[in-house]
Amino acid sequence: MSVLVLVEHTEGDIKKKSFEAVQYAAEIAKADGSGVAALVLGALSEDAISALGEYGAQKVLQVSDARLNDLHARAYTTAILTAAQKEGSKVIIMMHDVNGRAVAPRVAVKLNAGLVSGALSLPDKAKGFTIKKAVFSGKAFAYVNVTSDVKVITLMPNTFQLSKADGKATIEQLQVSFGPKDFGVTVKEVNKVKGEVLLAEAELVVSGGRGLKGPENWGLIEDLAKELGAATACSRPVADAHWRPHHEHVGQTGGTIRPNLYIAVGISGAIQHLAGVNGSKTIVVINKDPEAPFFKAGNYGVVGDALEILPRLTAAVKKFKETHK
Amino acid sequence: MKILVCISQVPDTSTKIILKDNDTAINSAGTTWVINPYDEWYALVRALELKETGVASDVHLVTVGKADVEPVIRKALALGGEEAVRIDADSNDPLQTAQYIAEYAKSGGYDLVLVGKESIDYNNGSTGVMIAELLDADFIGFATKVQVDGNTATVTREIEGGEETDTANLPVVIACQKGVAEARIPNMRGIMAARTKPLKVITPSAVLAVTEILSYELPPAKAGIKLVSADDMDALVELLHSEAKVL
Ligand SMILES: Cc1cc2nc3c(=O)[nH]c(=O)nc-3n(C[C@H](O)[C@H](O)[C@H](O)COP(=O)(O)OP(=O)(O)OC[C@H]3O[C@@H](n4cnc5c(N)ncnc54)[C@H](O)[C@@H]3O)c2cc1C
Ligand SMILES: Nc1ncnc2c1ncn2[C@@H]1O[C@H](COP(=O)(O)O)[C@@H](O)[C@H]1O
Repeated sequence: MSVLVLVEHTEGDIKKKSFEAVQYAAEIAKADGSGVAALVLGALSEDAISALGEYGAQKVLQVSDARLNDLHARAYTTAILTAAQKEGSKVIIMMHDVNGRAVAPRVAVKLNAGLVSGALSLPDKAKGFTIKKAVFSGKAFAYVNVTSDVKVITLMPNTFQLSKADGKATIEQLQVSFGPKDFGVTVKEVNKVKGEVLLAEAELVVSGGRGLKGPENWGLIEDLAKELGAATACSRPVADAHWRPHHEHVGQTGGTIRPNLYIAVGISGAIQHLAGVNGSKTIVVINKDPEAPFFKAGNYGVVGDALEILPRLTAAVKKFKETHK
Repeated sequence: MKILVCISQVPDTSTKIILKDNDTAINSAGTTWVINPYDEWYALVRALELKETGVASDVHLVTVGKADVEPVIRKALALGGEEAVRIDADSNDPLQTAQYIAEYAKSGGYDLVLVGKESIDYNNGSTGVMIAELLDADFIGFATKVQVDGNTATVTREIEGGEETDTANLPVVIACQKGVAEARIPNMRGIMAARTKPLKVITPSAVLAVTEILSYELPPAKAGIKLVSADDMDALVELLHSEAKVL
């Protein structure tokens, strides 16, 4: 009876958030006295897979069908059901991201399992199987008890700190027979930005609002992001005005992120913007208006003109990095 | 082609959340209720556009809720759609809600089911996927463009760090977000017409919830912001390093 985890990988490497999922599963398994089986879908080298052992997987099941390198939610569901049956899994973990959100609800239907989307805690067994999650766009938390026999959880990325240990996982190939509808959705075209830090999983984010005045000033945001190794984000009016691509827009109608550090530059801090970023661990607010509402939601604030402050901050980060090598 | 749009009622975003009954419930006195923005601005409006351009023949609305959600459903009908169905149940378990909606959708023979990206109250984003699974249909989430041609839906959707365009055969469930359509406001004629549009109430087959919310908690208040001089960014970096421990 293993806790089953879906592992995601891209360009030959396992995504960091999947290590988080494996480590989370290992904590649950430890409490149950069971083990962790990690499910790898698609082609991935043994070398890359072996790292899963360091986060607590005893066993890796791999379905080496190259079609699975891309998300096919129904095929993923079939593979998960096959693995869950083989392992007798009562708890199934995925990440709360594009993939997990497309697959976990299907698995929940098939197994008549309760689903917790965007888990922020380990299950509390003293209260049944109760997990904390954010509701009302981060304005409150709910403690959700799963009452079904099988439980499905999507874990919010960047919720738990990773820690590596010694450990080795065995790798086993898993045979799955896919159904006629499993590859029903056809991908016609993909446009991905290459080489940038992905916003959804970034630990550090630099975000700009209308206070930056225009797209010509975004070099200042990018310079700081580059120096930090951070992803870039923006407020909604900035995306609406096409100063920045739509996928960078965070907030109630955009993405929800929970980085360790969110630097908000020239953003007023409207409630709809905060809804997407209020899970950030540390928030720095740079705004020329000391009355900007964002200052009430931040940890550190700088009052002044962003166009002057950004180059100074970038230089300070650079200096810091040189002295802390 | 028949379209079903799933409409859920949520507290307005600016609502302050107040807990009651020992933190086991939300105090909804004074709450302004609205149509979930993704359902209203994107899913519903796109459905109406498909009807206006002759691609769809019918646009029906469905909601799971008790009688108190009816004013919000009438508001949705004021934007358009021929009829609405209220499935008479109160649920915040997505699997239970999806089972209610799927049961109704099956009986109505819908080709396209449109939902919002997520409800802004429970933020699950799972109801639509579950409906798709229950209907043995494909699902495309995070849609930013939705076209239908004959038996094929062509959908552009957001993926991590970009977008992709997919096709799927009908019936299909699509979760809509910004880009799919431009928000509309109802006009007087729509508001008048909505008063007489059918709002059917049906009792669903009994299904059990598999999750329950035991309690709520409000986030701790921020301790107050530490201001750093605009001339001393070294100090900010030092705080981020030694105090916040994020660098
Ligand atoms: C239903 C709904 C959903 C919404 N969803 C979202 C969402 O998902 N995400 C989102 O971001 N917004 C959303 N909004 C919009 C939101 O309400 C705000 O209008 C928006 O966040 C404001 O963006 P902004 O802070 O960039 O611009 P503004 O409000 O114009 O603020 C600009 C800020 O920059 C400061 N500034 C100006 N010049 C400088 C300078 N030189 N240096 C430093 N600071 C400067 C100003 O003091 C001001 O605080 C939504 C609104 C509604 C009604
Ligand atoms: N009670 C409900 N009635 C009708 N549709 C709903 C209901 N709850 C959720 N939905 C639909 O499912 C979408 C996703 O909701 P959720 O899974 O709760 O985030 C919403 O945008 C609605 O379109």
